[in-house]
Amino acid sequence: MTVMTDPPRGSFRLSMLINDTRYRSMTFQAIALLMLIIAIAYLANNLLTNLAAQGLNIAYDFLGDPAGYDINQRLVEYNSQSSHARASLVGILNTLLVAFLACITATFFGVIAGVLRLSNNWLVARLMSFYVEIFRNIPVLIWIIIIFTIMTAVMPAPRAFRGDEPDATMLLGAFAFTNRGVYIPAPIWGPGSIVVVLTFLASVVGVIAYRRYATNLLYATGKLLPTGWPSLAIFFLPTILMFFIMGRPISLDYPELGGFNFRGGIQIGAPLIALWFALSIYTGAFIAENVRAGIQAVSKGQTEAASALGLRPNRVMNLVVLPQALRVIIPPLISQYLNITKNSSLAIAVGYADITATLGGITLNQTGRAIECVLLLMLFYLTISLSISAVMNVYNKSVALKER
Amino acid sequence: MKKSVLLGALTIAGLSAGAAAASTLEDVKARGTLNCGVVTGLVGFGAPDANGEWVGFDVSVCRAVAAAVLGDANAVEFVPTTGKTRFTALASGEIDMLARNTTWTFSRDVDLKFTFVGVNYYDGQGFLVPKALGVSSAKELDGATVCIQTGTTTELNLADFFRSNNISYEPVPVETNAEGQQQYLAGACDVYTTDASGLAATRAAFENPSDHVLLPEIISKEPLGPLVRHGDDEWSDVVRWTLNALITAEELGVTSANVASLAAEPNPETPEINRLLGTEGNLGEMLGLDADWAQRAIASQGNYGEIFAKNIGEETPIGLARGLNAQWTNGGLIYSPPFR
Repeated sequence: MTVMTDPPRGSFRLSMLINDTRYRSMTFQAIALLMLIIAIAYLANNLLTNLAAQGLNIAYDFLGDPAGYDINQRLVEYNSQSSHARASLVGILNTLLVAFLACITATFFGVIAGVLRLSNNWLVARLMSFYVEIFRNIPVLIWIIIIFTIMTAVMPAPRAFRGDEPDATMLLGAFAFTNRGVYIPAPIWGPGSIVVVLTFLASVVGVIAYRRYATNLLYATGKLLPTGWPSLAIFFLPTILMFFIMGRPISLDYPELGGFNFRGGIQIGAPLIALWFALSIYTGAFIAENVRAGIQAVSKGQTEAASALGLRPNRVMNLVVLPQALRVIIPPLISQYLNITKNSSLAIAVGYADITATLGGITLNQTGRAIECVLLLMLFYLTISLSISAVMNVYNKSVALKER
Repeated sequence: MKKSVLLGALTIAGLSAGAAAASTLEDVKARGTLNCGVVTGLVGFGAPDANGEWVGFDVSVCRAVAAAVLGDANAVEFVPTTGKTRFTALASGEIDMLARNTTWTFSRDVDLKFTFVGVNYYDGQGFLVPKALGVSSAKELDGATVCIQTGTTTELNLADFFRSNNISYEPVPVETNAEGQQQYLAGACDVYTTDASGLAATRAAFENPSDHVLLPEIISKEPLGPLVRHGDDEWSDVVRWTLNALITAEELGVTSANVASLAAEPNPETPEINRLLGTEGNLGEMLGLDADWAQRAIASQGNYGEIFAKNIGEETPIGLARGLNAQWTNGGLIYSPPFR
């Protein structure tokens, strides 16, 4: 007769850390973590020791000192007596500005090129694949410099606008395209202009409300209201009416040639334009490929079914294919947006004062605080990238396939 | 990417400690070449010639040091640096010395921990404008667009000048002299500003140099000179006294043509020449070099005056007068402590 016994409950032995598969992987991970910590500690200690040996230290006091240099493009008040921290803020805003603009236009270029690349028209499809291949395969720095060089070499200098028989004239007397940038009229907000602006905002809301009403009516009763011209009317008429009722409170400040440059109006600097445009068309080529992949990922049966229902090709694309394609497009789109933000650090190549040019360039150079500046830069780009990523992930969740 | 930059910086910081531990002089001797930081290209001061050989006023200082230390003026590895990279390159030990028209300032000397071994060119910041602009003084530049090399002292001087004169300007930062030249010629800026010597050198490379004028204002003091890292005094002595040897040679009339004969038949009536050339005393030994160190430097590059005349003097396209850079005996500021 056998006596049933429990399997022996082995007490924990040290050798089990290696021999027992339950613990082995944790053992190795712990060892790897320890080695990583030691390596980082060694490097950090080495750095601090060497800095101390050279009589240097890590300190951020310099951020409060006057910067002493000027910046040509600034969204906030800044002069050479402002602090390095202020100069960094100017740089941060400039980085965000160009990244924001480039994300929008790159998406625009990318979606159009991606859709057209699948066109049945041979010429259009080939042209788009030519665009994608050319722009995707040449480094973005080269594009930035090419575009900037073409701008400065081809566009007239401000002095070409001078004289009785000038070599160049302003477009409509209001827009000046020079090799230093584009000058456009700036609005002057007179008293009462707030009413006009509010009317404009209200009419934007009105357009959206009307279109939503038309859609609901269509779904509910099948009655199709016209949306084209009523939208236009709601968009423009109230604002124009209010503009005249209030006695034309908004006037324009036209750029005028004075001294060495154009004065007045709004200047959009050549470096900004070159950087913006280069980042847009370069990243647009990548986005085009994402869009194409997304569209092709939608089963052909969907297109055929939609056509069988009698939808016209552009409706098939807008109502059936693109909404499904978005699920595939958005995750790689996030990384393209991150790329744009990071690639904007090439701005100094054309003299655009982004954060890399101010904090990581001139400030670093004038103060010699390389490690501090680079750490700050890393922190900034990390924060921005993670924020963009977070926002886009929220959007991705909203369009992702809902599993119920 | 950013992480690798940090790790790279940490590694470099670690390496530089290694480099600082051994003496630079021994390192250079063991390596057999001198790593010298120069400009990326500024005709007259440092630029490759038609054969790809680096020549120029600052380059000659590098070659003179190589000749003194290694006995071969060609045993130099030239490392082109921009205004932004030069100090990192020197601090990290990538280069042994920097001879790149760099202004000697308090903060660079004290805060950045460099040792300026002397001044080889007394300069000041000037403005270059097209003649067609019809400007005769820098104070008329209100509202002008100014091209400026970023990471230089000129950037700060410019801001100060315009602020103190209560006039406005728009800076266009550029990385290198070549980029500034291109922007200026394309009309993307009205004015190009940097050290007056650099402007003269840049203008000399234009198609029509006479269409452009240097404005009379010199808005800053820019003593330019070679520099080394803090903390290695033996090495800074070598570079300092090589420069002083070139200056003293001009003062005493020692040239590349007569240095060999003066050394071969030392004249007992000129003891300072004899000490300089190592035929009397043991100055070379004190430096950790042999007795002929200064002879080789002078024979290969000529004395200070010859270097000046050959690279940037009035006979060259750059056409700079000696001015402040004449010997003190001729009313200039170039002055070397005695060889004794």
